[in-house]
Amino acid sequence: MADNILVMDHITKEFPGVKALDNVNLEVQRGEIHALIGENGAGKSTLMNVLSGQYPYGSYTGTVTYEGEECKFKNLNDSEAKGIVIIHQELALIPLLSIGENMFLGNEIKNKRGSIDWDRTYSEAEKHMAQVGLHESAQTLIKDIGTGKQQLVEIAKAFSKKVKLLILDEPTSSLNDEDAKMLLDLLMEFKKNGLTSIIITHKLNEIIYCADRCTIIRDGTTIETLTKGVDDLSEDRIIKGMVGRSMDDRYPSRKHNVSKEVMLEVKNWTVHHPLYPEKIVDNNINCKVHKGEVVGFSGLQGAGRTEFAMSVFGKSYGSNISGELYIKGEKVNLKNPHDAIRHGLAYVTEDRKTNGLILGESIRFNTTLARLSKVCEKGVINTDMEVHMADEMTKEMGTKTPSNEQKIGNLSGGNQQKALLGKWMFTEPDILILDEPTRGIDVGAKYDIYCLINKMVEEGKSVIMISSEMPELLGMCDRIYVMSEGRLAGELSAEEATQERIMASIMQEQNKK
Amino acid sequence: MNFNVKEFLRKYTMVIALVIVFILFCGLTNGRLLYAQNMSNLMLQNGYVLVLACGMLLCILTGGNIDLSVGAVICLVGGLAAVLISNKGMNPYLTILICLVVGLLVGVWQGYWIGYKRIPPFITTLAGMFIFRGFGRLILDNKTVSIQNKDFLKVFTSYINIPGLDDTANYSALIVGVVVAVYVIFNVVRSRANKAKRGYRQNTAFSDYSKAVIIAAVILWYCYKLFQYKGISVMFIWVVAICLIYNFITSRTAFGRYFYAIGGNEKATQLSGIDTNKVYFIAYVNMGLLAGLAGLLCAARVGSVNGSTGTSFEMDAIGSCFIGGASAYGGSGTVGGVVIGALLLGVINMGMSIMGIGDSWQYVVKGAVLLIAVVFDVLSNRKNG
Repeated sequence: MADNILVMDHITKEFPGVKALDNVNLEVQRGEIHALIGENGAGKSTLMNVLSGQYPYGSYTGTVTYEGEECKFKNLNDSEAKGIVIIHQELALIPLLSIGENMFLGNEIKNKRGSIDWDRTYSEAEKHMAQVGLHESAQTLIKDIGTGKQQLVEIAKAFSKKVKLLILDEPTSSLNDEDAKMLLDLLMEFKKNGLTSIIITHKLNEIIYCADRCTIIRDGTTIETLTKGVDDLSEDRIIKGMVGRSMDDRYPSRKHNVSKEVMLEVKNWTVHHPLYPEKIVDNNINCKVHKGEVVGFSGLQGAGRTEFAMSVFGKSYGSNISGELYIKGEKVNLKNPHDAIRHGLAYVTEDRKTNGLILGESIRFNTTLARLSKVCEKGVINTDMEVHMADEMTKEMGTKTPSNEQKIGNLSGGNQQKALLGKWMFTEPDILILDEPTRGIDVGAKYDIYCLINKMVEEGKSVIMISSEMPELLGMCDRIYVMSEGRLAGELSAEEATQERIMASIMQEQNKK
Repeated sequence: MNFNVKEFLRKYTMVIALVIVFILFCGLTNGRLLYAQNMSNLMLQNGYVLVLACGMLLCILTGGNIDLSVGAVICLVGGLAAVLISNKGMNPYLTILICLVVGLLVGVWQGYWIGYKRIPPFITTLAGMFIFRGFGRLILDNKTVSIQNKDFLKVFTSYINIPGLDDTANYSALIVGVVVAVYVIFNVVRSRANKAKRGYRQNTAFSDYSKAVIIAAVILWYCYKLFQYKGISVMFIWVVAICLIYNFITSRTAFGRYFYAIGGNEKATQLSGIDTNKVYFIAYVNMGLLAGLAGLLCAARVGSVNGSTGTSFEMDAIGSCFIGGASAYGGSGTVGGVVIGALLLGVINMGMSIMGIGDSWQYVVKGAVLLIAVVFDVLSNRKNG
């Protein structure tokens, strides 16, 4: 019999009106990397919250057996005491405290008098940081290190709690490919030392890269568990399990009719960092976008793509912006987002929760916000018209919701993204800048978004698509610009673009230095 | 028909609370609370709170920001009015204009720092609280100055008296009551017909009509009370007009919507092409203007102004907003709620005064009500979230 460190047996968890988990079974063997996968809202996070005691014993039915013993966790502390540590997608670190302070937050090392022993705190912290290969001073503030390193701090923190079972909820969603690979390699390294991990992710290639087994959850029930070496653990196979059908075509096809007409042209665009004006974020960028074209921007994180897009969108990022901007051949000076919207530009942010949506307000409120004038007469909102037009938009975007008065924060990630697209479609733009339009959403919703993008360009709009997922760019774009360290490193047509060529352009640019 | 009791209770919590407190005090005062004079005074005594609370709501909507300086501005503007009229003998209408401009300028001053320089509102208005209180006392020369000018008082404290109509009794109050009540019901009918014609979604007929009938009944009843006393006061008109205007701004105009958007998510609002600095600026300019108006109302109602006029009035306004369901983090709250909050505080004050309970206990009860209201709000929202 397999040596199971964790068995979750027939777990059922109900919320008022919804059955989030319905008889879910999960078996995790000692010393393996177990991937948990499913569409958004399938119940992965709920299951992990049951395990960690976030949902206390008694609020669900079924049994959780850990190390051969039934668990009745009342809260997070109970599970952590047993060595189960969960690292959430949104990191729980406090930016203005140091690495050491964060690691021992709520768990401070005290001396005999009861005050904090800082010397030991920092030396312990550095010991655990060394374990995860993080070479920083423990006194560095969290805000001064990158997301990748912050992720490592979380793992080091887990080690300080003597972790035996590590749960990572989408650990790589905010990391670039390089950092993500490093993190996965680290996990595999820990595996050799006997650590068991459960990893929740949307990125199928990561599962294939590192997981020993993979459990697929759909609509609150376990579908199957695939074992590396025994079953066919391939992307297509996993997708089939996730969506319940095989998806032969992950990128919907469209008629490519790119017109000669140039919609947007940027010349010699240079942007400086808003806080450190001596630092150049985007250096002398020249690019253009035609009518009916999807243009991709590829590059590693920190290449300056988002910054470029936001600086073009009415100077909403950066300082000392110089260069020329032409929309439909006409030179324009966009002083603020309002100007940009008026000139037919839309910027759909990569971070829908902080920069895109007002989570506490309804879908209707969000939909009309960027161009309220459309439903206004002399500054007075025509409520009936607003309700009507917002309904139409929601229908067009295919956002799944009981009503448009639903708080947008209650929607799943994929539906939020559709509503966000709807908000910008409502402004009737000619040029849409989509920044990571499919980040953190499931395969089905991604497909819907791609279909929407196709529809936009077929209507004669132009789309700029910034994405860190190269297959997505390759599948969707007519042309791809490659950016590296603030410079344009290359331009590839759809025919000539491959992942290798994109990476080669990036490397070339980096080696120039 | 799907009538959801839970949803109903949640939506109208504060209205129900107001009704319960009202009935409670009616009982405790043996019905004296219901005397026409008391009912009329309820609105007049709390007029300044309602005016201030409308302005305060806009500030709070932008992100739980408050204006601590309004009490001091009331002292400054009220003092200025008293001195100009009584000591300098200035034309009362010109005085009113000057005073409102001074209130506006105070708002511009604070709005500039808060909106364009991003100085935290708490600090800016705390400074303002000291500064304007000081100026107010300087203008008053630390004396109590009374206002006896008839024209000035008439603009704020007189009662409507239409010759020929109101000679024997205040029929104008009754007529206004009937007209407004009919209008409320007519308005619902018209709006429903409009929606039906264009095929828009709408509420059930029962909920729309019952709401309208209740509102109309309350209006009729209140106007009847006014009719029994001295009729409609000019100050009442001022206050109702302000409430209606701000209700319209916050619920129906694009500009009003921006306040909610900023409180919900400032960054997203900015990226939606909205000038957030300007919205902050306007919130405080507007607050200054309304504080100026409240200063005039107070001066006229009390009939005199001294160095401590308006002390802690800002707290009444802030309290009304939070009791009325405005979020301490911004982004939610309605003028209707604020009015309910202010009236709740007003009924408690008046009821306790009639019962002869002293100031000290009134403070205790006020504080307790504020806390209970906010705790209730937070807990009920948590369940929903």
